[in-house]
Amino acid sequence: MIEVEGLTKKYQETVAVDDLSFRIDPGQVTGFLGPNGSGKSTTMRMIMGLDEPDAGTARINGRPYRSLGLPLREVGALLEAKAIHPGRSAFNHLLFLAASNDIPTSRVDEVLALVGLSGVAKKRAGKFSLGMGQRLGIAAALLGDPGVLLFDEPVNGLDPEGILWVRNLLKGLAAEGRTVLVSSHLMSEMALTADQLVVIGRGRLLSTGSVAAFIAESSGQFVRVRSPRADDLAEKLLAHDSRNVHVTREPDGTLSVSGLAADVIGDIAGSNGIHLHELSIQSASLEEAFMEMTRDSVEFSGELPTAFEERLPVTSSGSRE
Amino acid sequence: MTITITERPNQGGERSAVAVRHLRVTSVLRSEWIKLRSVRSTRWTLAAMAVLTIGIAIIAGATIPGRWATMTPAARLSFDPTKVSLRGLLFSQLVIGVLGILVMSAEYGTGTIRSTLAAVPNRPLVLAAKTVVFAAVAVVVSEVLAFAAFFVGQSLLTSPATHATLGQPGVLRAVAGGGLVVAVLGLFALGLAAIIRHTAGAITAYVGALLVLPIVIQALPTSINQPLGKFLPFNISSAMTRVHATVGPATSFSPWTGFALLCAYAVLALGVGGWLMVRRDA
Repeated sequence: MIEVEGLTKKYQETVAVDDLSFRIDPGQVTGFLGPNGSGKSTTMRMIMGLDEPDAGTARINGRPYRSLGLPLREVGALLEAKAIHPGRSAFNHLLFLAASNDIPTSRVDEVLALVGLSGVAKKRAGKFSLGMGQRLGIAAALLGDPGVLLFDEPVNGLDPEGILWVRNLLKGLAAEGRTVLVSSHLMSEMALTADQLVVIGRGRLLSTGSVAAFIAESSGQFVRVRSPRADDLAEKLLAHDSRNVHVTREPDGTLSVSGLAADVIGDIAGSNGIHLHELSIQSASLEEAFMEMTRDSVEFSGELPTAFEERLPVTSSGSRE
Repeated sequence: MTITITERPNQGGERSAVAVRHLRVTSVLRSEWIKLRSVRSTRWTLAAMAVLTIGIAIIAGATIPGRWATMTPAARLSFDPTKVSLRGLLFSQLVIGVLGILVMSAEYGTGTIRSTLAAVPNRPLVLAAKTVVFAAVAVVVSEVLAFAAFFVGQSLLTSPATHATLGQPGVLRAVAGGGLVVAVLGLFALGLAAIIRHTAGAITAYVGALLVLPIVIQALPTSINQPLGKFLPFNISSAMTRVHATVGPATSFSPWTGFALLCAYAVLALGVGGWLMVRRDA
């Protein structure tokens, strides 16, 4: 179990992590989601006792990281890809880690086999690809057979086969009853891997809960309507149920309607003699829902195409706060 | 190895037998030893030390007997065969500094430090283990090279040149002490790297202290440079390897006083480095 309470980290004027609190329970994969620069890595480094928080605490199994007896046997972490001396072999990298925590050498061979690096164990890590570096980092995390695991962007640089492998590995570790926290900036990846979500933006907590609930809440449906008498139709639709219906006029003249089913919209148009040129059901993707949620908290945002920006507010009302 | 890893420790948050297990100093030392021996820079720098130290002893030993006839009587009288054969130690001082720096700075440069501190969160313990392991290697290598350089050098200093034996007064101190100076300078460099954390920056500071500072102090008026010059590693090392006393106490400390001062430099650098290591984010 990982508990974070009021965690805060400032770098000069910038607040990297801002009063963050959450709890990660065992037995499931928890996705730690946020745009680049939102403070995920900083939070993980503070959990690992590598960075000192300015305020708040992070505890693993009820204790601060620095007071763990044999840390590698309780916590395993992949914090950055290829944080390995390029001149040292994969075997020796794992061997010095194992030695420090009294983990037998045989376990080094085991984890190397587990991540598929046995064949290159004696090769210098500097010759490794990014994907092999990730696998070595994962091997290091698994070395002490720990009950708590942290992975910072583990699928970065992996090919589709590698991504699938990591996904199954994480699920398998959680199924064994371990606590698994995995960070990502990709909602779509988390939708496939995680059971629970902790979403942050600019160091602040935006949302927690199950992935299923997040999907249900966020991916609102709406109906696109094109008509030569769009203004009249909008009036009639709002007159039908002004409380729940939400109509947005897009730059290309189409209407985006939420709160009304497509058939009801068709009936209203028909009974008022309004011609329809298009009536189609649209659903916002999970990725869009995530972008919508974190839009105000993206550190370095580029210009979004106008049409895209305009279309976003149509998603269900629940996700916009 | 007494502990086997069959059960899954502390899974799901229950406190199990883990509470009685702690990091052992011997395990952390072993971990640091694996790190030191598993990179090629260790072998390369130690090999470079051997070539320079013994090579220079050979060159000096082989050329002096031929030049003896042309040397002035004063030069023959002040000829210090021990010091001449240990000249290469000066280069060893530079090379071992680079190794001492890399032991620390390479961890920061490659990001390995975060793996290290995740495994051993007790930062003073990490620095202490590094220091002990490096000190052991540095002392053994420096002493072996100092004695090898001495014996090779003396065997080549044939008549008419004079040569020294370990039994003569001050010779054993010069050889053994010369090796110790090299080792302690390596530890000073390790401490510098713990403070500076960047390889290039630490090497610059080390070479500055060793070679540039003497030039700067030399440029000052005599009334200032003599009392200051005694504190330089260069002069401390020179006093240690000198058997024939040719300079007075005004310009240099006695060999062991100087050595104690050098040890204090190393302890200070390591102490500040350790203090910063605890205070700074990894």
